[in-house]
Amino acid sequence: MEMKQHNWIPGNFKSVPDIGRSAQNDSVQHGWTPITTTTSVLGVVFDNGVALAADTLTSYGSMACFQNNPRILTVNKNIIVAASGEYSDFQFIRDAVEEKVRTEISLNDGISMKPKALYTWLSRVLYNRRTKMKPLWSTFLVAGIQNDEPFLGQIDKLGTAFVDEQIACGYGAYLALPLLRKGIEEKREKSNSKLTKEEAVDLLKKCMEVLYYRDARSHDKYQIGVVTKDSVEVLDLALKPTWEVAKLVQGYE
Amino acid sequence: MFRNQYDSDVTVWSPQGRLHQVEYAMEAVKLGSAVVALKNKTHAAIVALKRAPNELSAYQKKIIPVDDHIGFSFSGLLADARILSKYMRSECSSHKFAHGEDLPVNRLMTKVGNRMQLCTQRYDKRPYGVGLLVAGYDDNGPHIYQTCPSANYTDCKAMAIGSRSQSARTYLERNLEAFKETTLEELLKHGMRALRDTLPNDVNLTSKNVSIAVVGKGQLFEIFNEEKTQAHLLLIEGEERRAPVPSSDSASSGSQPPQDGPGAPPSDAVPAVAMETE
Amino acid sequence: MSSIGTGYDLSASQFSPDGRVFQVEYAFKAVENSGTAIALRGSDGVVFAVEKLVTSKLHEDGTGKRLFSIENHIGMAVGGLMADASAILDIARGEARSFRQSYNVPISLKYLNERLSMYIHAHTLYSAIRPFGCAIIIGSYDSTDGPQMYMIDPAGVSFGYFGCAIGKAKQTAKTEIEKLSLKTMTCKELIKEAAKIIYMVHDELKDKQFELELSWVGKHTDGKYEEVSKEVYEDALKYAKASLDDDSGSDGE
Repeated sequence: MEMKQHNWIPGNFKSVPDIGRSAQNDSVQHGWTPITTTTSVLGVVFDNGVALAADTLTSYGSMACFQNNPRILTVNKNIIVAASGEYSDFQFIRDAVEEKVRTEISLNDGISMKPKALYTWLSRVLYNRRTKMKPLWSTFLVAGIQNDEPFLGQIDKLGTAFVDEQIACGYGAYLALPLLRKGIEEKREKSNSKLTKEEAVDLLKKCMEVLYYRDARSHDKYQIGVVTKDSVEVLDLALKPTWEVAKLVQGYE
Repeated sequence: MFRNQYDSDVTVWSPQGRLHQVEYAMEAVKLGSAVVALKNKTHAAIVALKRAPNELSAYQKKIIPVDDHIGFSFSGLLADARILSKYMRSECSSHKFAHGEDLPVNRLMTKVGNRMQLCTQRYDKRPYGVGLLVAGYDDNGPHIYQTCPSANYTDCKAMAIGSRSQSARTYLERNLEAFKETTLEELLKHGMRALRDTLPNDVNLTSKNVSIAVVGKGQLFEIFNEEKTQAHLLLIEGEERRAPVPSSDSASSGSQPPQDGPGAPPSDAVPAVAMETE
Repeated sequence: MSSIGTGYDLSASQFSPDGRVFQVEYAFKAVENSGTAIALRGSDGVVFAVEKLVTSKLHEDGTGKRLFSIENHIGMAVGGLMADASAILDIARGEARSFRQSYNVPISLKYLNERLSMYIHAHTLYSAIRPFGCAIIIGSYDSTDGPQMYMIDPAGVSFGYFGCAIGKAKQTAKTEIEKLSLKTMTCKELIKEAAKIIYMVHDELKDKQFELELSWVGKHTDGKYEEVSKEVYEDALKYAKASLDDDSGSDGE
């Protein structure tokens, strides 16, 4: 692309070019902010599986806009995916993933996608979009069973991808991740073993409660998805919040 | 000039519902040297006969690796095989890039099949004049696939293609039951015996004219070097050779250019060797 | 076919003096050489059955399938050149995919049939491409349209059917199909009849070995196209063989 030359030099205030008009200087404004957003996703690996937690709220700015938008997706018998960020970008990826799964079912060749493959694919898609300066404004947590071992990975809108035993994104990264680590560490110190499924789910419930009280974009209705070697389930849950302590908080009116 | 008036293009159906051009392309597969492929529960193997096009030439490579888990040998036009290998490699590598894992063998074959079909239907193209025996390993276990110029592909327990390969197929059919439970070493012995059955009595398998490749559980696709090939050939050395079964496809053998055998079509219809076959 | 060899039968873009396009008619012959495939549309779904000829002992069991899934709810049976059929399968899956991408609902069989017929017909118009050497039967089930079935021939002509047959023994198969009261029968009854017909029309003298393929889509499969379960398959096989033994005494089928 030919770059337009501007005869403007700093200090020449008599003829400031109209740099805001893109047609004149061939520039395109990139960068973008999400509009309809969802908040944290938490993920934790336990002894024979992985659990994800995410609430069902979609916010429009600071408005709690849609209160029943689930965002834990059951991909197949051994993968679940959850997303945080722009909801429409999640829907776009969800449709693409569902298409992949449908195609695979049609092939009927006994081979089904594994979590690491989906994780890699997502990282390629998201990184590709970010290099085009058109990022999909979402963070995805992929959970599943890869060759009999639990798998948990995260990909963000920049295409940064990593695998870990406990992951949280959004506000959860600040508020819940330390709690997840602490829960896992305590169990290891106590009995030198990983969390059980029940302990993992309880830990996530605790974290979702903490997030609900402190994250203004969170919601009291949420889901926990659990994937193990022999099952995938997504539970619909609700907190029973008490705001009695609220009156004790003073000085912010 | 033509054997009949319906064999000039791939776009012409004969009144019997046949595509003569495609059938002629199938003949090209019989011109190449023989290839045997077979598998047991855990491994797939290829045993192929190499040719030296002339006295000054080395024996030409006969097995083409595609990816860590797939490779193939071929019979027919080498140049066509190379085009297909390039396609297969790029499919495997883009799948590996996008998904971080190997492309399942059957899915690669579907892609190859559909690509090959395209040039059996268009006036400005010709069918690929090559047959492949693809050996691969994936989550479903080891696989042997055969492809034809007709763009058909078949999942096989064992297969042989190329000149005088009927004798090899006969051997494979007779011993088919044993393959599944046998060891890799025994499997290769079967493969070499099958290949040996395609040879005229005065020719024998040597480390120069045989190429062996294996792929399987915990075994990336590997083409044996001369030393390793020799070691395996020693395993069947000294065995009494079975009298060769009269083969139905009476194309050429050894390193001679293709000749008309008995029962072959009239000489003017034989595709003159416009391209070197391997 | 008195015009054979007169030179008017070498191109799909050429009429013979008596107004026929011989190249298309010849393409039909390729279908007539193939193993028989039938499909029956009952009250609650569509069943497919295929006589898959086994040409070599060296082939793996189950290779060369002729029943395919196009989409979750659509099945396809083919006869003729397998390579051509796979090419059409690819096109059909593409149509189903792009429809879903546009409208986020499954493609209707009527529309898919129209698209595929057009595609196949387009191959009968030019000299530079040859007509497809295969015929296809597509069938689906959904709660609004109920069971649906169409057959498309190499000319691109298609009709809706209650029962249809392609391949070697299509005449005999059709005669058998006509004896059934299709509209009132359920998939569970029809699958047995379909198996029986395939066994009945198989010519042991010409083709020694064959494998029976059975699949269905209907209310009982929740609108999903699938291969029949092992139990259903065994039952149908038993029924087919038993009724064949009875028949052979009486009418020497």
